[in-house]
Amino acid sequence: MGHRDFMQPTDVKDPRYFHRVIDCQWACPAHTNVPEYIRLIAQGRYADAYMVNRESNVFPGILGRTCDRPCEPACRRQRVDGTPVAICRLKRAAADSREDISERLPRPVDYRIGRHIACVGAGPASLTVANDLLPLGYDVVIFEKQDRPGGLMRTNIPAFRLPASVLDEEIGYIVDMGAEMRYGTTVTDIDALLNSEFDAVFVGSGAPRGKDLNLPGRNDAAAEEHIHIGIDWLEAIAFGHTASIGERVLIIGVGNTAMDCCRSARRLGGRDIKIMARRPRGFFKASPWELDDAEEEGVDIVVNHAPTRFVIEDGQLAGMEFQKLRWDEDARNATVLGTVVIPCDDVILAIGQENAFPWISRDLGIEFGEWDMPVVDEVSFESTRPGVFFGGDAAFGPKNIIWAVEHGHQAAISIHNFCQGLPLDDRPPVGMNLFSQKMGLTEWSYHNDYNPAPRQRMQHVDLRQRFRRLDVEVEEGFTEEQTEFEAQRCLNCDVQTVFDAPLCIECDACIDVCPVKCLTITENAGEAELRRRLTVPAANPEQALFVSAPLPQTRRVMVKDENICVHCGLCAERCPTAAWDMQKAEVLIPYPVKMLPMVAVTATPR
Amino acid sequence: MPSITKPIVPLLDLPRNAVGLTVRDYEGTMSTLCAGCGHDSITASLVQALWELDLQPHMIAKLSGIGCSSKTTAYFAGTAHGFNSVHGRMAAIATGAAAANRDLLYVGVSGDGDSLSIGLGQLMHAMRRNVRLMYIIENNGVYGLTKGQFSASADVGALLKGGQKNLYAPIDPVQVGLAIGATFLARSFSGDKQQLVPVLKAAAMHRGFALVDVLSPCVTFNDHEGSTKSYRYMREHEVQATEADFIPHRTAVTASIPVDGVQTVAMHDGSELHFRNVPADYDPTDRVSVMHYLQERRDAGEVVTGILYVDEDAPNLHELGNTTETPLVKVPYEALCPGSRALAAVQRQWT
Repeated sequence: MGHRDFMQPTDVKDPRYFHRVIDCQWACPAHTNVPEYIRLIAQGRYADAYMVNRESNVFPGILGRTCDRPCEPACRRQRVDGTPVAICRLKRAAADSREDISERLPRPVDYRIGRHIACVGAGPASLTVANDLLPLGYDVVIFEKQDRPGGLMRTNIPAFRLPASVLDEEIGYIVDMGAEMRYGTTVTDIDALLNSEFDAVFVGSGAPRGKDLNLPGRNDAAAEEHIHIGIDWLEAIAFGHTASIGERVLIIGVGNTAMDCCRSARRLGGRDIKIMARRPRGFFKASPWELDDAEEEGVDIVVNHAPTRFVIEDGQLAGMEFQKLRWDEDARNATVLGTVVIPCDDVILAIGQENAFPWISRDLGIEFGEWDMPVVDEVSFESTRPGVFFGGDAAFGPKNIIWAVEHGHQAAISIHNFCQGLPLDDRPPVGMNLFSQKMGLTEWSYHNDYNPAPRQRMQHVDLRQRFRRLDVEVEEGFTEEQTEFEAQRCLNCDVQTVFDAPLCIECDACIDVCPVKCLTITENAGEAELRRRLTVPAANPEQALFVSAPLPQTRRVMVKDENICVHCGLCAERCPTAAWDMQKAEVLIPYPVKMLPMVAVTATPR
Repeated sequence: MPSITKPIVPLLDLPRNAVGLTVRDYEGTMSTLCAGCGHDSITASLVQALWELDLQPHMIAKLSGIGCSSKTTAYFAGTAHGFNSVHGRMAAIATGAAAANRDLLYVGVSGDGDSLSIGLGQLMHAMRRNVRLMYIIENNGVYGLTKGQFSASADVGALLKGGQKNLYAPIDPVQVGLAIGATFLARSFSGDKQQLVPVLKAAAMHRGFALVDVLSPCVTFNDHEGSTKSYRYMREHEVQATEADFIPHRTAVTASIPVDGVQTVAMHDGSELHFRNVPADYDPTDRVSVMHYLQERRDAGEVVTGILYVDEDAPNLHELGNTTETPLVKVPYEALCPGSRALAAVQRQWT
């Protein structure tokens, strides 16, 4: 912080300041405009809400069911009443209830700019690249080894969580924009692609290799067919190659893939299913809600067991041997308490995924670094070979769909620059519009009252019903009433308190009326000192302090702690001089289609 | 009027006072006064002061008359007792209430119209009787509720919004109080909570009548150029005669001669008032010198604020009037109303 003894006035014209205040949008890798679409949902404008989503995250219906939800732990509501807005579920509500949007999708364009892009793998990253570049007149060819698109979204997410119809529909929007799909095609030579008609190659081939567990007994021929690699096994189910499993199943690993494996096993005949975890609860990788869903289906989670060998008896897999562990408090060091054999018919290994690029020869100028991962620029997503880009799990290892989408957006900007001969770091800036929400003396164009409604619970299909078929979607989606309640929990964090210091007469009205006491007028000081000095000390260093220019009458400053502001607008309602105003900050995320040259806009659509 | 009620935010981690309440528990309904009204800041200061004093809201009685100021008793201590009286008569109601029940803290809120015009006689008699009452005048120099005519506290030469000049000398309630023997006199400014909150705490703990004259700009009718009661005028002309710290619940220490610039006055319950940065010739316990000082500073165009005069020794209403120690509400009905036979016995004394 340096030795300055006062803070500089906050520059709210810098889009980053208010973007950070919109916690969900800031936390979302793709920066989805969450408050805007939740307001649209509250107004019953589902199609509009869907289109707001689609602009940034491309797959609202898919992500509304499967997203890892980085937005939710960030949600201000978590800090206000302890449970975040069910953002993800609302996204699904918008997708499920939307009216026909076909007229509003980007149409195939009838001009060609003569640039050809190859995308390897038809997963979310490649599809996003296609989505962003097709409207500009690029020719995009997607190579996919399976006979259907979707990548890990299709092969690794079971149908009871993500129905194939949702996948097909949203991927279809992109395919229909004119992407050329080459199914059943495995790319073996990037050089050949670059030497043919393609100007650039995007590698979005995912992290397709599940980690193996090389313990004694693993390679026993008799056991082989009862030990499965999680993601391969899920893929086999997705394509109908596997339809059954033994009654007693052990899942090794406790991430989200393990949850999908155990729940799939439950539907394929598993009766006694155990998830074997090395470490105690609280140290699991799986999302808490996925753990809940698995346990609801009767899956046991066994903690503090480390696998040591596969037990083979009479030429058959009979079980697995584990060390029972006792961990210290932060689960770093363990003592072995003894060993135990747990009998089973099948073992599924869900201990992580790796990238694998055996098909990229190492003499193409594409440098590979640690863990045999390609060296990829974190901003441009370009590899060390110009014109070759990586995104999704292929770039930095397994993340989740929303990250793959964002990688796709960024790579598309890079590819667009690359094809125009522009430097890749010449990237369009994030912009911002601020509009006043004032409709009258104490009237706003958003619903400013705080609604104390609790987070709505998702209804699940009855247990017996859901196991009848593999593709019975478990989550029923919010009812209309639940959607309405949940939408009202959103605090409209994009409607900002904007302060104009020269107008302030220091009457204290805003400070007195603020329900969370987040405002203070005080002498300026260094940040640490100011944080201590506020009406309620600002204890959350993650959240910014707003500091005004000196006030006209006393040269003191207005300070706002953004941490727990509920954006109710009372400060602006009680301000006699309109020094405070509630203004919607619309963060303008750049996409290639917004960089469209004017000449293309005037061309006649097909 | 605000579009919504101030919401309760569950995880807001506010500190609790000795009776387990947060500062928000001392709030009342939403203010319907104009946005930016000084009165709302006085309300907020009262909320803060009552919270800091660890008072139980049900042991407080709020009283008021008529005017913008008199609406404000609705905006704090929502679970306290309250009485909204006729215009200018709050002091009489408070006197009666105090005589009947000395256990409650009486908080009277009035304005310059309610107190210095129609209620001036009431105010003076309550001071004379030294009723144990915190009497706040929310003083803005205009009749806000009737659209901004000059009140009796307007300064000579002050201008109305429309440009008309005031020709009549103002009534200064502090000077009035000094003249007739009031025992606690303070002046403050709604825009300065650092001063106002301790002043209100001391006033609440005073053993008799505590007058707090708070300059409270009328943001609608009296916050313009030419006003002598605007936010800007106050910030340019306010002079703090005394800075006082209220130190609650200590063992009594007798009023001492200034040592290191600090003068201490003991209050009846063992609390102390510490005066800091007091001018060398200023003694807040010397009525005559305070009168002299205030007159002099006023002539120099200054608005003097602070706790200006304290007398903790003068007898109050209860001592003077020999009022009941047991609140009448706790006296059994038979004792309170012994019946016609007892009445007849009393009347026979004078027949």
